[in-house]
Amino acid sequence: MSNAVKDLLFKMADDALIIGHRNSEWTGIGPMLEEDLAFSSMAQDKIGHALALYTILHEVLGEAEPDKLGFMRSENDFKCCQLVEQPIGEYDFSIVRQFLFDHAELLRYEMLTQSSFQPLAQLAKKVKGEIKYHVMHADTFVKQLGKGTEESHARMQSALNNTWHLALGIFEKSEWEEELISAGVFAGEEELKRRWLEKITPIIEASGLQLPATDESKIVYGGRKGYHSEFLKPLLDEMCEVVRTDIDAEW
Amino acid sequence: MYGSTNLTEEEAKRMNTTVEDPEKLQQFEDRIARGEKIEPGDWMPTEYRKQLIRMIEQHAHSEIVGALPEGTWITRAPNFRRKLALIAKVQDEVGHGQLLYSAAETLGKTREQMLDDLLNGKSKYSNVFNYPAKTWADIAVIGFLVDGAAIVNQTINSKGSYGPYCRALERICYEESFHLKQGHDNVVYLATGTKHQRAILQDAINRWYRPLIHFFGPPDKMSAHSEKLMKWKVKLASNDDMRNQFLDMYVPKILELDITFPDPNLRKNSDGIWEFSDPDWDEFKRVINGDGPCNKERLEVRRYAEEAGRWVRQALMNPSEKYKVPLA
Repeated sequence: MSNAVKDLLFKMADDALIIGHRNSEWTGIGPMLEEDLAFSSMAQDKIGHALALYTILHEVLGEAEPDKLGFMRSENDFKCCQLVEQPIGEYDFSIVRQFLFDHAELLRYEMLTQSSFQPLAQLAKKVKGEIKYHVMHADTFVKQLGKGTEESHARMQSALNNTWHLALGIFEKSEWEEELISAGVFAGEEELKRRWLEKITPIIEASGLQLPATDESKIVYGGRKGYHSEFLKPLLDEMCEVVRTDIDAEW
Repeated sequence: MYGSTNLTEEEAKRMNTTVEDPEKLQQFEDRIARGEKIEPGDWMPTEYRKQLIRMIEQHAHSEIVGALPEGTWITRAPNFRRKLALIAKVQDEVGHGQLLYSAAETLGKTREQMLDDLLNGKSKYSNVFNYPAKTWADIAVIGFLVDGAAIVNQTINSKGSYGPYCRALERICYEESFHLKQGHDNVVYLATGTKHQRAILQDAINRWYRPLIHFFGPPDKMSAHSEKLMKWKVKLASNDDMRNQFLDMYVPKILELDITFPDPNLRKNSDGIWEFSDPDWDEFKRVINGDGPCNKERLEVRRYAEEAGRWVRQALMNPSEKYKVPLA
């Protein structure tokens, strides 16, 4: 059982760390100061969530210390989905990614408040209150930009189309899926995806955008099993640049 | 000198020749002498307004440009604690920018005009941000010493006469005092760490020493003065006084860590005044006029942000979705 729980915690923690890292890259270059501040806040929350999850892995499940888990693992040990690894691109991509990812994240944590694994259930109660604001931020911008100008509408539709199959990769199942469901740890990726589609579809339509068609063969899987896009390795190299200059040092 | 009150010759001359209604001017000056704050709707001399806009605007630019050298190290911070602290710290700086642009807007210049003037070079920002942050130790030195210098400057300016600026500065100083703590903590970790950590710290101090001496602006004997700016409480302390206060507070804190400064003449004389070698004020002027190591890069990043974000701002100006107060 503990391997199944570990796998769930690692993929959630890795998602949070990598998206948090990407969000932090908006600091100083947002389309307006208010968006610098918003992405920076979300980055802090997400990295905080990653830290909390790695702390459970360390304290409850016997894994290494959080700093080691975050900063000293190699690319193939990471279980994040490929959506979060993508560079921030332009604002349209970043806001659409945030919208698609955070709706899934909020629903996941809401489901996890019922988890039989108590440390996770307790964390979920706290975290869902924070992610609610991330979702509010994303919804506001998706609606305003979807219906803003001709250019903003076209950009948002195109970003949605290009991001869709990456986003569906969030729900890639692990080999532990059935075990997690039957033990009441997590109701499963399939159920999460169902709730997610139900939630985002009306918002996309209300924003004057079209839900992209799903082509099963194009869904970007692999992240959950340690196979990543070309973007994760450079991100990790950068993240670990300082710590690797002197691995014995305390920073 | 986040917000500089150094005048050009021409400005100093204009300060003394602009004619104001003598009665109103007297009332205005009496209010300031009594320690009252001037508020946005109040009568104020044209030059007072002009100099305040210039100073606050320059301060705001310093905050958002200042976020750039540190921002590039957020992605490289070596552990969770440092990463979270640095994101929060840089976010504070951008927030200070937002706060200060709002304070300047109360004087009649919009944020858009100010950002345009930053990009076209009409308005300046602190020279210190035109130097590169080359290693992680630079983040420690910026957090401790550049923020330390800024606090000296801002604490003094928060006693000024313009209400909105003073209130913004009070809040900013409160936040900056946390920055100082994380900067100091970072410096101490490096200074008491491995050989490599001490070496990068010493190297960073060596490179930041001169920009820090430059921070408060040219020596009093070299800068154009305006008695009026002092009387109007726009300028509250001379460059030399502020610099001396900074050196007095921070030099001992670095020396006690067994880290040195690259200036054999840096010492405090018997009457409490710090002496130092000529820091090459020509370099200061060159950097202010655009010829520093990072001027071009900094403005290019800001220009990119302005241009890449234009479609977003335009779309938001044209909202078909009405704003709703969030339920939570």
